[in-house]
Amino acid sequence: MAEPGRFAEGVRAYRLIAGMWIRSTMAYRASFVMTTFGNFAATALDFVAILLMFSRVDALGGWSLPEVAFLYGLSGMAFGLADLAIGSMDRLGSRVRDGTLDTLLVRPVPVLAQVAADRFGLRRLGRVVQGALVLGYALASLDIDWTPARVLLMPWMVVSGCGIFCAVFVAGAAFQFVAQDASEVQNAFTYGGTTLLQYPPTVFAQDLVRGVTFVLPLAFVNWLPASYVLGRPLPLELPGWVAFAGPAVAVACCALAGAAWRTGLRAYRSTGS
Amino acid sequence: MDDGMSGTDGVGGALGEVGEGGALIELDRVEKVFSVRRRTGFLRRESRQVRAVDSISFTVARGEMVGYIGPNGAGKSTTIKMLTGILTPSGGRLRVAGIDPSRERARLARRIGVVFGQRTTLWWDLPLIDSYRLIHRMYRIPDGRYRENLDRCVELLELGELLDVPVRQLSLGQRMRGDIAAALLHDPEVLYLDEPTIGLDVISKARVREFLRELNAERGTTVLLTTHDLQDIEQLCSRVMVIDHGRLVYDGALAGLHEVGESERTLVVDLEREVPPVEVVGARVVKVEGPRQWLAFPAAESAAPLVARIAASYPLVDLSVREPDIEAVIAKMLWSTETPEPAVGEEPETGIPGPSSERAGA
Repeated sequence: MAEPGRFAEGVRAYRLIAGMWIRSTMAYRASFVMTTFGNFAATALDFVAILLMFSRVDALGGWSLPEVAFLYGLSGMAFGLADLAIGSMDRLGSRVRDGTLDTLLVRPVPVLAQVAADRFGLRRLGRVVQGALVLGYALASLDIDWTPARVLLMPWMVVSGCGIFCAVFVAGAAFQFVAQDASEVQNAFTYGGTTLLQYPPTVFAQDLVRGVTFVLPLAFVNWLPASYVLGRPLPLELPGWVAFAGPAVAVACCALAGAAWRTGLRAYRSTGS
Repeated sequence: MDDGMSGTDGVGGALGEVGEGGALIELDRVEKVFSVRRRTGFLRRESRQVRAVDSISFTVARGEMVGYIGPNGAGKSTTIKMLTGILTPSGGRLRVAGIDPSRERARLARRIGVVFGQRTTLWWDLPLIDSYRLIHRMYRIPDGRYRENLDRCVELLELGELLDVPVRQLSLGQRMRGDIAAALLHDPEVLYLDEPTIGLDVISKARVREFLRELNAERGTTVLLTTHDLQDIEQLCSRVMVIDHGRLVYDGALAGLHEVGESERTLVVDLEREVPPVEVVGARVVKVEGPRQWLAFPAAESAAPLVARIAASYPLVDLSVREPDIEAVIAKMLWSTETPEPAVGEEPETGIPGPSSERAGA
């Protein structure tokens, strides 16, 4: 009915439910501290792997360690924020299987908001913090020629990158309406995607880079805008303005994911399984 | 906010959204067809149409308390899911409080309460009161109304000491009461209960039933419940609907169900000593165990003259009358609808309709 009202209603419901989960988590404080640290440590190991590689080589696909750290930090932050916000959506399949999704469908707030806030875990801040630290290291070690456009591009790409990953999460969840055990497929695109983006595009085959640019546009999270900020040529010889297309791509992805979600929910409501 | 009216009269009546004749729930030839896919080979799949609900029509008036029963897989849950807007019907017309549930699910949600017996909606790790506070804000219940409803539920369901207890520490019965309260804080006009007494002990069951009776009597809340516990129906519902294979096979008073099922009551007599089976008009012996004998007689008839006749010619010591088990009655009724026109008087041997006899799969 009233679309803008519905969106605000969804955000409000999301906040209410996420708040409940935070309070639930705080019922087990020690466990919260440990899982947050564990989350931080586990993601930090990714970077340790990169450091180990650089103990043997000076450059990876022509990119120096601080440059790779720059990619890593941006990818980690964008994905970390999306994971923090709606990372539990991959549980949708199990909710469909055990029938608890029905309890969400009889509430007067949007189902997407309820599923997105499900099992909201502050422990996921660990990944965001770790990404931010690595990004800080990269910014301190790199000598970037800061133009206004490049400064603008920094928050610009983190926000749109987060939007792109959110769209992947939502689309993946929508797919679980049809295939309830597909959470691993979703993880391949989300966790797999962010790992891919931690490495320079130059180490991958051109076809893969094309796919990640034009099919599943993860390249807009960091490869394209980061190349611009670092003063490197864009992958696939794309023109410079493409580096700024992130927000438009994110909006388009979210619109598609929203449509997929609605289709999935409709399919669920007609089959009930 | 505090208009002093009972919630049901205030909301639906004033808006004039009720259908003709005060019907709150209306189903007109509603059906739900699922297509079930089955893997028949490596890549070959067979698609089969299953009619979970097959052209069901009924209306429920405001303030009615209706039992909705039938064997597993008969279509009960599917019907409830369509009534709550979870599932979209494949055909027919469906209205609850004037709203088409599948089209306006969120709007309907504010006017109905749903309790899924086996799935709690309470927050496991948080004190019970926190779940209620969330509902308060999620449904935007005016403060005064929320407080009033919460106080009432807390008093009648005896939740006072449980409000600060984390839900995971509640017993099953306490949690069920907590769930029922959670479904009523926003003054729903209709309350759907799916197996509300499943797994509860006798005392908890009694408390839940007492509360539902009072809710229905005082607030006029319409209640639709599915159950396997036929005592729920006996003690709560003036009307029963029986569904089987997706079709409504009975809709009427509980007493009528006995008649349709041609049920029998059982008179258990204890005699002074072992005697040959009692021979008496109007009853037949179905079981003998030492000095105790079981006699079946039509449920519609009084036991008094029968007892008098037996006492006149046998050394009667003690007696008791067993009411027919409704599960057995339904089984019998379903059986008779599946086989065309059973001849009257030709009783199939079903054994004693007693608490011990249970229908498989029911």
